[in-house]
Amino acid sequence: MKIGVLAVQGAAREHLVAFGRLGVAAVPVLRPADLAGLDGIVLPGGESTAQWRLLSRAGLGEPLRAALLEGLPAFGTCAGLILLAREITNWPERYFGVLDVAVERNATGRQVDSFEARVRVDGLGEVPAVFIRAPAIRRVGPGVEVLGTHAGEPVLVRQGSLLGATFHPELTEDLRVHELFLGMCRKG
Amino acid sequence: MQKGTYRVKTGFAEMFKGGVIMDVTTPEQAQIAEEAGAVAVMALERVPADIRAQGGVARMADPKRIKEIMRAVSIPVMAKCRIGHTAEARILEALGVDFIDESEVLTPADPFHHIDKWQFRVPFVCGCRDLGEACRRLAEGAAMLRTKGEAGTGNVVEAVRHMRLLNDQIRRLKDMSRAELVTYAKELGAPVEILEMIQELGRLPVVNFAAGGIATPADAALLRMLGADGVFVGSGIFKSENPEKRARAIVLACTYYDDPELLAKVSEDLGEAMPGLEIEKIPEHALLQYR
Repeated sequence: MKIGVLAVQGAAREHLVAFGRLGVAAVPVLRPADLAGLDGIVLPGGESTAQWRLLSRAGLGEPLRAALLEGLPAFGTCAGLILLAREITNWPERYFGVLDVAVERNATGRQVDSFEARVRVDGLGEVPAVFIRAPAIRRVGPGVEVLGTHAGEPVLVRQGSLLGATFHPELTEDLRVHELFLGMCRKG
Repeated sequence: MQKGTYRVKTGFAEMFKGGVIMDVTTPEQAQIAEEAGAVAVMALERVPADIRAQGGVARMADPKRIKEIMRAVSIPVMAKCRIGHTAEARILEALGVDFIDESEVLTPADPFHHIDKWQFRVPFVCGCRDLGEACRRLAEGAAMLRTKGEAGTGNVVEAVRHMRLLNDQIRRLKDMSRAELVTYAKELGAPVEILEMIQELGRLPVVNFAAGGIATPADAALLRMLGADGVFVGSGIFKSENPEKRARAIVLACTYYDDPELLAKVSEDLGEAMPGLEIEKIPEHALLQYR
């Protein structure tokens, strides 16, 4: 099992550490060649606009899109969810567009409104979560399951081999959401 | 639900890693920075090179200017307050800026203390020249650090000096016994508990960017090679001949710093860089890093 973590910009290190603690090999992904032999990929938090510009200008955009369309399991957290989403309600761009949800960028407001909370996840119970200038999931397509909620709103969703979170499980010690993703990679 | 916790503050800083934070003075410049791939902008009235040239007291920017910049972009907006100026910091927090830089680039307001940053919900980034300064800022509640360099000079030598010094001091810490660490803490003027934490981690406990004098993609790459998590570019972009192209090039160089071929490609034909200053020719009282 080998997991890649997109490392053009953002919190890749925290995901690499989380997989390390789970005893799973994880490698940073910066170039098309880094996609070879992966069983899954994490698109971490960061700035989605910066991440997209970097990966598209460095020639990683099309190979990664192709890998996602071929069914490479992917887990997007925060900015990573924005990169996966089919629609961004308050921004003119659309990135990979493979996960059938509509997201609103920076929906929780500015940094002074960022927060930590416990979210409810199906089968896991309460999971600690950090929300940083977090996006909100405003629409969920018919093939998308809502796995986690906070204050009645979806915060963790799954569509086949794609997982998306509006929060940052990698900023906590709790590894259960990463384990959930590893389970999806094993199936894939 | 808890807002403004230290984890929320330092976690936000983790999201900047590998990125470039650019000084901007207008909404148009902020949009250029966002389009180039900046991870945040620093809203200012004057870039450091102009502050240095014009002299006088440099203060927090006009809130109107900051709000215009906040409206113009979707990426985080930072703003600077004077060292120790708790009232300017409260104003910036009330405006909703995403990060406050308690900065030596502005004229210091308190000759004795920095701001007690634990009292704020908004996170702070502070400058440091060595491990002692880094630890003191952490003790005051800084959620992110940046090496100071010498702002507004377009000369990278001081940024390199401060990053090398930090690395060297952290390396020395690694093999120290408890007794040696206590003496070292006294030498550095650093709290023992914070030094112990750094010894255990083997690195600073928060994100540390490089700043002060970065003017080219190669400068950004050099600081990343030395271990900076990312870079601040102040005057280097909008004081150059072709800001759009230079900004994009610095963003790519910051991520692909270990790829010389890519660095060569993005460094080509960028037009004139900002004019530079030799540090030795600046009188000591005009150096910002000692503030």
